[in-house]
Amino acid sequence: MLTAILAITLLALILGLVLGFAAIRFKVEGDPIADQIDKILPQTQCGQCSFAGCRPYAEAIAAGEVDINRCPPGGEATIHALADLLEVEFKPLDEECGVEKPKMLAVIDEDRCIGCTLCIQACPVDAILGAAKHMHTVIASECTGCELCLPPCPVDCIDMVETKPKPNTWRWPDPAHIDLKLGDQP
Amino acid sequence: MTQKLGSFPGGLKLNGQKKRSTQVAIRKMPLSKKLILPLQQHIGEASIPIVSVGDKVLKGQKIAKAEGHVSVALHAPSSGTIIAIDEQPIPHPSGLSALCISIETDGEDQWIKRQPIKDFTEHTEHEIRQLIRDAGIVGLGGAGFPSFIKLNPGVHHHVETLIINGVECEPYITCDDMIMRERAEGILDGIEIMCYALHVKNCVIAIEDNKPEAISALELALGARPHLKETNVVVIPTRYPTGSEKQLIQVVTGKQVPTGGLPIDIGIVSHNVGTTYAIARSIKHGEPLISRIVTVTGREVEHAGNFETLFGTPMHELLEFCGTKRQPEEPFILGGPMMGYNLSGDHLPVTKTANCIIVGVDDGAKASTPLPCIRCGECATACPVSLLPQQLYWHSRAKDLDKAKEYNLFDCIECGCCSYVCPSEIPLVHYFRFAKTEIMNQQQEHAKADIARIRHENRLARLELEQQEKELRQQQRKAALAATQAAKVKQAAELPTEPQTTDSQETQ
Repeated sequence: MLTAILAITLLALILGLVLGFAAIRFKVEGDPIADQIDKILPQTQCGQCSFAGCRPYAEAIAAGEVDINRCPPGGEATIHALADLLEVEFKPLDEECGVEKPKMLAVIDEDRCIGCTLCIQACPVDAILGAAKHMHTVIASECTGCELCLPPCPVDCIDMVETKPKPNTWRWPDPAHIDLKLGDQP
Repeated sequence: MTQKLGSFPGGLKLNGQKKRSTQVAIRKMPLSKKLILPLQQHIGEASIPIVSVGDKVLKGQKIAKAEGHVSVALHAPSSGTIIAIDEQPIPHPSGLSALCISIETDGEDQWIKRQPIKDFTEHTEHEIRQLIRDAGIVGLGGAGFPSFIKLNPGVHHHVETLIINGVECEPYITCDDMIMRERAEGILDGIEIMCYALHVKNCVIAIEDNKPEAISALELALGARPHLKETNVVVIPTRYPTGSEKQLIQVVTGKQVPTGGLPIDIGIVSHNVGTTYAIARSIKHGEPLISRIVTVTGREVEHAGNFETLFGTPMHELLEFCGTKRQPEEPFILGGPMMGYNLSGDHLPVTKTANCIIVGVDDGAKASTPLPCIRCGECATACPVSLLPQQLYWHSRAKDLDKAKEYNLFDCIECGCCSYVCPSEIPLVHYFRFAKTEIMNQQQEHAKADIARIRHENRLARLELEQQEKELRQQQRKAALAATQAAKVKQAAELPTEPQTTDSQETQ
C-alpha cells in the first residue's frame, strides 16, 4: 500500500518536473492560433469587422471574444476556412459589417485630385503615391480595395472599380452552375 | 532498329477521323487584308511592341521584343502598315480581349533582308538559342512554350535522348502528319540543329502507326543522311493520348517523369515536328516564325485540309476559303475534339498555337444534362496518369480544393479521357480546369495578402517610429527651453546690477 502511494507520488513528481521544464524550454512566443487566423484573413485592413485591421481581429477571434463571420472582403470562403481551423460551426456573414463584393480597386481621377495627401495618410498598405499639392495615384498592384481612402477625400475624386479578369488570371466558370442552367432549360 | 516500347495506363482507342483532311497537299491560305497579332501567343510574359501606329513594316520584321526570360519575339507576317495597337478579342476560352498589333497588308508581301546561316556549327550553342528566340519560335504542338528554353540543358543536366513528337494522337488534327509527309528534309535539318544545341546524339522520331506515309517519308529522308545514324523513326501503337509529352516519354523510354518534374530531369527533351521544322527555317533560311500549318476540318467543311496560314489571319476568312457552311458568329472548336475548346466570334486571329479548327464534329457530344455519378470507375480505368477522377470530381464540385490537391489534381493533363468514357456524361475535365484555376487564384490571393500584411506592418512600425521621434523632439525642445530659462534665471541672479547699468546707459 505504502509503496504504491510512494511510487505514484514519485511518478507524479518526475512527470511534473518534466512538464514544467518543457513549458519553459519550449515556450512559444506570441499566439500561434492568432497567427494562423491572421494568415486566413484577406489583409485588406479595411476595419469593417470593427477592429483596426486584420491582426487585431485575429487576436480577438483567438481570444474567443468575437464571431468568425465579421469579414466581408474574405466572404464565405474565409468563414469556411476559419470554421475549419477553429472547429466551430459555419455562420453566414454578419450583415452589420457589410456585404461580400467582387474585388475592387481604388482609382484616383487625376484631373480632380488637389494633392491634399489625406488619402495617403488613410491608406493602410501605403499603396497611394504622391506629395502635398502634387497629383496622387494608386499603385494598382498593392491596392487591397479596402475603401478607407474614400471618406477622407475632400473632392470625391476616388472611384472604386471592379478588377477586370485578364486572360492569364481568368478562371474557368463553375460547371455546377452550368449544370443547373442546363437543367433549367425545358 | 527495334526498340522495346513502354506503356502507360488507361488511354483510349479513338476513331481518328483524319482521312478527310489528308487527301490534298498543304495549301497556302491567301494573304488577308488585315492581320491581328496578339502580343501573347506563348506561355510566359507577353512581348513588348517596338513599332508604333503608322509605321511601315516588312514581312519578317520584328514588331515586338521578348520581355523577361520566358518570352519570345513577334514578327510581321507580311508587309504593310501598323494600323492599331489595342485590345482585340483573342482565341481564348474566356472570350476576353488582350493587347494586339493590327497590320493592314499592302499585298506586296515584301521580305525584310534575311540572314540565312549555311553552317550553324560556326555559331555557339548559345548563339543558336538566341537566334531561335529572336525568331519567335514556340512549341507548335499546342502549349506554346518558348522553344529556346527547351534547347538549353543547363549545367546540371545531361540530355540522353531527344524525342521528336510526331504522334499527333488527337482525332481530326493532321497538320503534323502533313508536315512530316511533305517536309521531311526540313525536319531533319531541324533535328541536326537541335542535337547540336543540346549536345545529344541519340534522337527518336516517334510516329503513330496510323501515319504510314509520314513514316516512309521520314525513313526515306533519313536514309540519305548517313551522318544521322543515331536518329531513328520509332513507330508506336495508336492510342490516345500518346502525343502528350509525359505519356510519349513513357512509351518511348519506359521512364516516368516525376510529379512536378520536367523531362530534362530524366535526361530527355522533346519537341514537336512542326517546331523542329520552324527551327530549321529560322536558322537555314533566316525566316522567323510567321506562319503555321492549320488543319481545317469537320462535317461542315467542304474543302477540308491543311493550310499554311500567316499568323493574324482572321479565322472566318480561313473557314470561308475552305467553303465552310457556317452562320456568322457560329461557334467552332479550336484544337482537337478532346482537348480543344469552343470559340465564337468571327475576327479571332490564327495564332502560334492554333493547330486545328473543327466545324461540325461527326459524333459530337450532345449538350445533354449530366446525370448523377454512378461510381462505375470507368474514368479511373481510362486515366493515363492513374488519377482518381471520381474523387477529384467530388472534391472539385464541393470546392474542397485542398482535398483535390491532395489527390494530385495538378498531375491531370486535361486529356479528356475521363469525360469521354463517363456514362453519365459529367464534364469531368471542366470541373478539373475550374478547380485548377480556383486554386491558382487562391494562391495568388494569398501571396497578395502576405504582401499587404507586410506593407501594413511596415507602415505601423513606421508610424510608431515617427511618433517616438516626435515625442523625443518634444522632450528635447522642452529640455532645451527649460535649460535656457534656467540659464536666464541664473544670469539674472549672478548679475543683478547689469540690467540697471545697461538701462542707465540707454537712458543717457
